[in-house]
Amino acid sequence: MTATTDPYDVLDPSAPVYTLSGGDWQDIVQDVADRHPDRIVVNMGPQHPSTHGVLRLVLELEGETVTQARVVVGYLHTGIEKNCEYRTFTQAVTFLTRADYLSPFFNETAYCLAVEKLLGITDQIPERANVIRVLMMELNRISSHLVWLATGGMEIGALSAMLYGFRERELILDIFEMITGLRMNHEYIRPGGVAQDLPPGAVEKIREFLEVMPARIDEYHDLLTGQPIWIKRLKDVGYLDLTGAVALGATGPIMRAAGYPWDLRKVAPYCGYETYEFDVPTQTDGDCFARYLVRMDEMRESLKIIEQCLDRLRPGPVMVEDKKIAWPAKLAIGPDGLGNSLDHIRHIMATSMEALIHHFKLVTEGFHVPPGQVYTAVEAPRGELGVHLVSDGGTRPYRVHFRDPSFVNLQSVAAVCEGGMVADVIAAVASLDPVMGGCDR
Amino acid sequence: MTGLGYAMTPVLAAAPLSPPTHRDIWWLIIIKTLAIFAFLVLATLFMIWAERRVVARMQQRIGPNRVGPFGLLQSLADGLKLALKEDIVPAMADKAVYILAPVISAIPAFMAFAVIPFGPTVSIAGHHTNLQLTDLPVAVLFVLAMSSLGVYGIVLAGWSSGSPYPLLGGVRSAAQVVSYEIAMGLSFVGVFLYAGSLSTSQIVAAQAHRWGILWAAISFAVYAIAMVGETNRAPFDLPEGETEIVGGFHTEYTSLKFALFYLAEYINMVTVSALMTTLFLGGWRAPWPISLWSEANVGWWPLLWFLIKLGIVLFVFIWLRGTLPRFRYDQFMQLGWKVLIPVNLLWILAEAAIRVVNVSNWRTWVIPIVVLAALLILGSFIADVVQRRSEERMQMPRVGPALVPNPDSPYPVPALGPATHPPLAATVAAREGASGESHSDVRTEGDGRA
Repeated sequence: MTATTDPYDVLDPSAPVYTLSGGDWQDIVQDVADRHPDRIVVNMGPQHPSTHGVLRLVLELEGETVTQARVVVGYLHTGIEKNCEYRTFTQAVTFLTRADYLSPFFNETAYCLAVEKLLGITDQIPERANVIRVLMMELNRISSHLVWLATGGMEIGALSAMLYGFRERELILDIFEMITGLRMNHEYIRPGGVAQDLPPGAVEKIREFLEVMPARIDEYHDLLTGQPIWIKRLKDVGYLDLTGAVALGATGPIMRAAGYPWDLRKVAPYCGYETYEFDVPTQTDGDCFARYLVRMDEMRESLKIIEQCLDRLRPGPVMVEDKKIAWPAKLAIGPDGLGNSLDHIRHIMATSMEALIHHFKLVTEGFHVPPGQVYTAVEAPRGELGVHLVSDGGTRPYRVHFRDPSFVNLQSVAAVCEGGMVADVIAAVASLDPVMGGCDR
Repeated sequence: MTGLGYAMTPVLAAAPLSPPTHRDIWWLIIIKTLAIFAFLVLATLFMIWAERRVVARMQQRIGPNRVGPFGLLQSLADGLKLALKEDIVPAMADKAVYILAPVISAIPAFMAFAVIPFGPTVSIAGHHTNLQLTDLPVAVLFVLAMSSLGVYGIVLAGWSSGSPYPLLGGVRSAAQVVSYEIAMGLSFVGVFLYAGSLSTSQIVAAQAHRWGILWAAISFAVYAIAMVGETNRAPFDLPEGETEIVGGFHTEYTSLKFALFYLAEYINMVTVSALMTTLFLGGWRAPWPISLWSEANVGWWPLLWFLIKLGIVLFVFIWLRGTLPRFRYDQFMQLGWKVLIPVNLLWILAEAAIRVVNVSNWRTWVIPIVVLAALLILGSFIADVVQRRSEERMQMPRVGPALVPNPDSPYPVPALGPATHPPLAATVAAREGASGESHSDVRTEGDGRA
């Protein structure tokens, strides 16, 4: 940390400016070698089998005990937020869905809720669109938790757990593909509603999944929950109590595993969550095992919500009435999958000049959003996913900022890892469930 | 004590031992050596294939099925490809040791198999010979020595790579061997006590009427755990724990050197399984219903029984890998030092006492003493466990502490319970309502522009 001054500071050019940085690798190694000759510095990541993509941990080890853990992020920075500033409000969804690639529907919903709030059309979103959003988000919550279970299990050495988790995730991805045309990065939820209605057969397919899944969750419990090695590896490991979670801003399963039933779906409901009946699972131990149990229970609660969604799906529009906002292009299943509806193209190209103008104007220019700023947040699988959206009144966002739970939760890495062993680092980081796409954006 | 149930059977001391091996003709020795070499290499190739197929089936996958019938040649193809890979020596490596390490690892793995009896005396081209390369009087110790030597390869590989992960793997491996070699060695003692010999062929002979697993059940259990630890296999694969220390000792190895480590690991697995078969599962002797057939233990048939038993033990290795998560380093050490070794010592004491009682008429006063001693040791063992538990509890006062705000913390902690929901939700709703109105004002403007 060095303090200098900023000559361009209009208010007080003599005010100190602090530059924080992690330091160079050589400096860290030399520093540790000087202070503690018996310690070594290990660079875990960004290429490492268990760092969830490209997380980098610089560990200071004494034997196998971690004395210091530093997190280095940014290896998956793709400029998603900045890119959004150069696209229309609708097109921004295409970028944002790729941020936290394991929970695309949450990214899309959080952003769309923000746009809708700025537009003041929150109340005009059709009921059916809201139900579909909830439905997709809860399916997505299960698929995201399944990836966590699969990779977390694999990292602790339970190789079969990995395949079991991915097997069920595949069922969900099939549903996603059927409904949105894509298995990931869907661009399905749009400002004003959703891109298109559920295709025929989707409800039946989801119902089939609802029948299969509870038994599969029991199977995971049979495979892991009572398993002595699994318990030994997770119990009392990666401990973070409520004070720590609050101080570090950790949300989601981490906070709920510390005993606090903080769930935005209950606390600050959106998309009509207040009308659904479900519980917020909590545990009190605040360790990896508690987080494991919380996530396992959350999958069951999501199944409950999905069931309620299916029961309350009534025919109706899935996009706002306002034609100045609703995306004009229609999608249809073609020979090569979901794509532009040929009927719609025929309509604008051959029959209606006005429709063509409308389509062209809305697709290329987009709609104006009143100036102002909003913050909306949804309960993503990893915690509070917030969007701070600023509009200057134009057709493009002035600024989109994501408060991504992966990024915030990673702050607790040092708190949950230091003092443990190398193997505990793996278990603890896995229990935080970071997704680097979301963290770095 | 399982031992007491059959303490009164006087069979074993009188078990007939096979005659000492006569010297084989030179070409027979060469044939046997080559046969063992070929067997081990083939067994490795087969094991890799079997492991991938079986684990795949357990994980609802198919596994390799493209190269050769049922994918049987997959490991051969992989091996050939591996051999053709570029051989990299890290700049920081201690070159001589780095190159030597895989060799040190592989050679003892092959050598240990020399003392495993595959079957009884057979006739090859008119010569009578045992299906065993050499019948040492201290054969079991030889296996133990070879497996310890092999570990030098792993430790040296970890050290000479000049990189942190291999170093960690090497250190883990050294600790693992020190602890598990003891448990393994002690479990052999239980067998020696009954068989009265260290020679593998005579241990097999001593199991003519009753398998070792019956007279030394606890030794068997300890050996079963120790052999998995000794071969660095899941759930004890700490030295290479891929998801923790990347690949452990072999992280920096490529090409044929890596292949040698791979080979050594699988051969070690076959060796310890063969040793288990020999010491506890009756060696090449036919299992019970088949053993009623008079030809079962004669000629080449026993080779089949041996291979079947070997296959079953090897399957358990695969099964473990498909099922169990990995132990943590300290938990693994705890299991070795605080459970396996004390249990084993206790068992040896009990077994020795039973033997004494068996052969003498002193049982009237020996039995109470033995029982007393066993109780004392057991008592101290339990006391230790109880004390450790209470210590753990003292260290971690965590009875719902996550719920109790830390009074020293400068950070605010929210009041707990579901009661926090309605007021907060109401506040948010109120705020949203207010902002919604103001937005709708702006909205008209926006509409005008759009």
